[in-house]
Amino acid sequence: MTTTTGPHPTRRLILQGAASVALLGLGNLPFGAISALAAANDKYPDEAFKLKNEADAIKALYGKTVEPSDKVKLDAPEIAENGGVVPISVTTTLDKVTSISFFVAENPFALAASYKIPDGTLPSIANRLKMAKTTNVTAIVEADGKLYSATKEVKVTVGGCGG
Amino acid sequence: MAIRRRDFLKAAGLAAASLSLPRLARGTDTASIYELERFGNARILHITDAHAQLNPVYFREPSVNIGIGEMAGRPPHLVGRAFLERFGIRPDSADAYAFTCFEFEKSAGRFGKLGGFAHLKTLVDRLRADVGEKDSVLVDGGDLWQGTGLANVMQGRDMVEVANLLGIEAMTGHWEFTYGEQVLRDNLERFKGEFLAQNVFLTEEAAFNDARAFDPATGRVFKPSFIKELGGHRVAIVGQAFPYVPIAHPKRFTPDWTFGIREEELQKHVDALRGTDKVDAVILLSHNGMDVDLKLASRVTGIDVILGGHTHDAVPQPIPVKNAGGTTLVTNAGSNGKFLGVLDLALDKGKVSDVRYRLLPVYSELLKPDPAMAELIGRVRAPHVADWSEKIATPDRLLYRRGNFTGPMDELICTALRTELDAEIALSPGFRWGVTALSGQALTMEDLLAETAITYPETYVQEMTGAEIKNVLEDVCDNLFNPDPYYQQGGDMVRAGGLSYTCTPADAIGSRISELTLNNGKAISASHRYKVAGWASVNGQQGAPAWDVVGRYLRSGRMLQERLGTGIALKGVDGNPGIAG
Repeated sequence: MTTTTGPHPTRRLILQGAASVALLGLGNLPFGAISALAAANDKYPDEAFKLKNEADAIKALYGKTVEPSDKVKLDAPEIAENGGVVPISVTTTLDKVTSISFFVAENPFALAASYKIPDGTLPSIANRLKMAKTTNVTAIVEADGKLYSATKEVKVTVGGCGG
Repeated sequence: MAIRRRDFLKAAGLAAASLSLPRLARGTDTASIYELERFGNARILHITDAHAQLNPVYFREPSVNIGIGEMAGRPPHLVGRAFLERFGIRPDSADAYAFTCFEFEKSAGRFGKLGGFAHLKTLVDRLRADVGEKDSVLVDGGDLWQGTGLANVMQGRDMVEVANLLGIEAMTGHWEFTYGEQVLRDNLERFKGEFLAQNVFLTEEAAFNDARAFDPATGRVFKPSFIKELGGHRVAIVGQAFPYVPIAHPKRFTPDWTFGIREEELQKHVDALRGTDKVDAVILLSHNGMDVDLKLASRVTGIDVILGGHTHDAVPQPIPVKNAGGTTLVTNAGSNGKFLGVLDLALDKGKVSDVRYRLLPVYSELLKPDPAMAELIGRVRAPHVADWSEKIATPDRLLYRRGNFTGPMDELICTALRTELDAEIALSPGFRWGVTALSGQALTMEDLLAETAITYPETYVQEMTGAEIKNVLEDVCDNLFNPDPYYQQGGDMVRAGGLSYTCTPADAIGSRISELTLNNGKAISASHRYKVAGWASVNGQQGAPAWDVVGRYLRSGRMLQERLGTGIALKGVDGNPGIAG
């Protein structure tokens, strides 16, 4: 495949994705998020990232209750092609979104990533999470001060033996 | 369905009587079961999972095909008598032999082999001529290019030629991907039909590097669907490849592609076909497996019929599934060339007003082989047949593979691996392809290749702890019995030689497998290390190909003395009609 002029559509797609997601990956805070952090005067959630249990991590990060919502759209594979890099994304139709966080219930540390969403930003995050084994992935969207979630089981398998 | 029943009764009687007739007379005079009543204005013919079986085969359907939870006792999880009763098939009929394991050995002598592409060609041509070539289409659901030694050495090129002569206009894939991207693309250059897959996308890395795709904007690697005018109406056929290719097979074959069921993308595509392209019917040509298709049909709207494969379920009637937009019919068309699905549609503006479906067994004794196809098969086989025709053993028992847990063919393979590679335990994949050999029928290398011919056949010997062995069994068992079909991969249980265990299919992962015991009666200890032989690993291995190791064992003649068998006890499934009584 060759292109002669302009950016290739594929590359443009990726860049668009990158613009809304900022940096991909665990441990990298998006540029946008940094300013949001400063604006909100929030601290880096050091404690929450150190907790093993999901409920404890949610409590440490948010300190309030979560309700499941069909307005949180979590896209994750049923069976991971590679447990080391599982593509997980979230979009939501909720208004006034201020943060989106990802939890992997049975990872050594349940909180995988947390993104601050600056005012006026499309609430859409795509990232890849490392998963130790088959477990639930939960996305929590903080909107107008309340927490909404979606959960999906992602299977991490030894593979092989297909029909 | 009344017409259909009468046809089958006729078939049984004629097939039985025909055994005393010379071959050609049988072929020309007794094919009346294939005279189908005309219905509707379009005909779609469907084959799937032929596994490159160019010539007619024996293939015993399973005696264990358990459904758990919602799937318990529902098609396709019915075997033997329960299957016959559900579909109203007479136990002594040819259909009982084609569709079930019921009295298989007795009936094999009576009704002979099924399938074969020269026989299939005769049947396809006839059924297309009946309605007119332009109002019919032939589609293949994948697993066409793999399953024999010939397909393996030719990397599927033999099957592309056969597909072109047969007139396949669209296909999707599964094992096709295990030849790797370059071979797949080379073969598709020669293939005259369309290769359709709505659910194969470039990985983000591959997209960034401008890897080749049908649609660079979405990253879709292949064309998702094609539209054909049939009976004056527009019919869309959407392809759904096997969703778990990089998980079930070594990832090295498809490094740039990511798969999955992709329900949402499918829904969008179907909506666009309906809304923008204004098609009158949408057919999904699927390699999901039947349980996955049944769930998908309940969630995705706008599909009229799913022509399914992968799980090798020969289901005589479509299963209607309700969803928010109406009803979708789900079919599955068996394997190994045994069956031809015939879907007759009454098409109206924007809708399918009525449907007739038949899954016709391809009785090779009742069909005259098409000369051009017979010539092609002879020509592609010729360079290799002599090498593989040596008789290497004559088994004293029926050897079949298909079944949820085990079968004598895999017991033989496991015994061969343990003996030749000097291991306590052997593991062999739960493939659903691989044909059946009758007791007393000499086995050749060609037969052995039909059980083992894959692109990653290397054997291995490694040490595993008891806990690791249990973990493998649990993991594969969950692929089979997870109550949510979307988490199933559609193969059967990994075969285990040298050990016995108890399985409780309805339990959760981690607690299905218990009482692991070595053949010497000793319990398997979680921390002890065992020497395990196997083949077809998703990780790269270096050992000799499985066919060489098993061939060496068979040539030694030891099989005839040794008792094969694996002790697997099942718990909590008493009375499940997925187990033959």
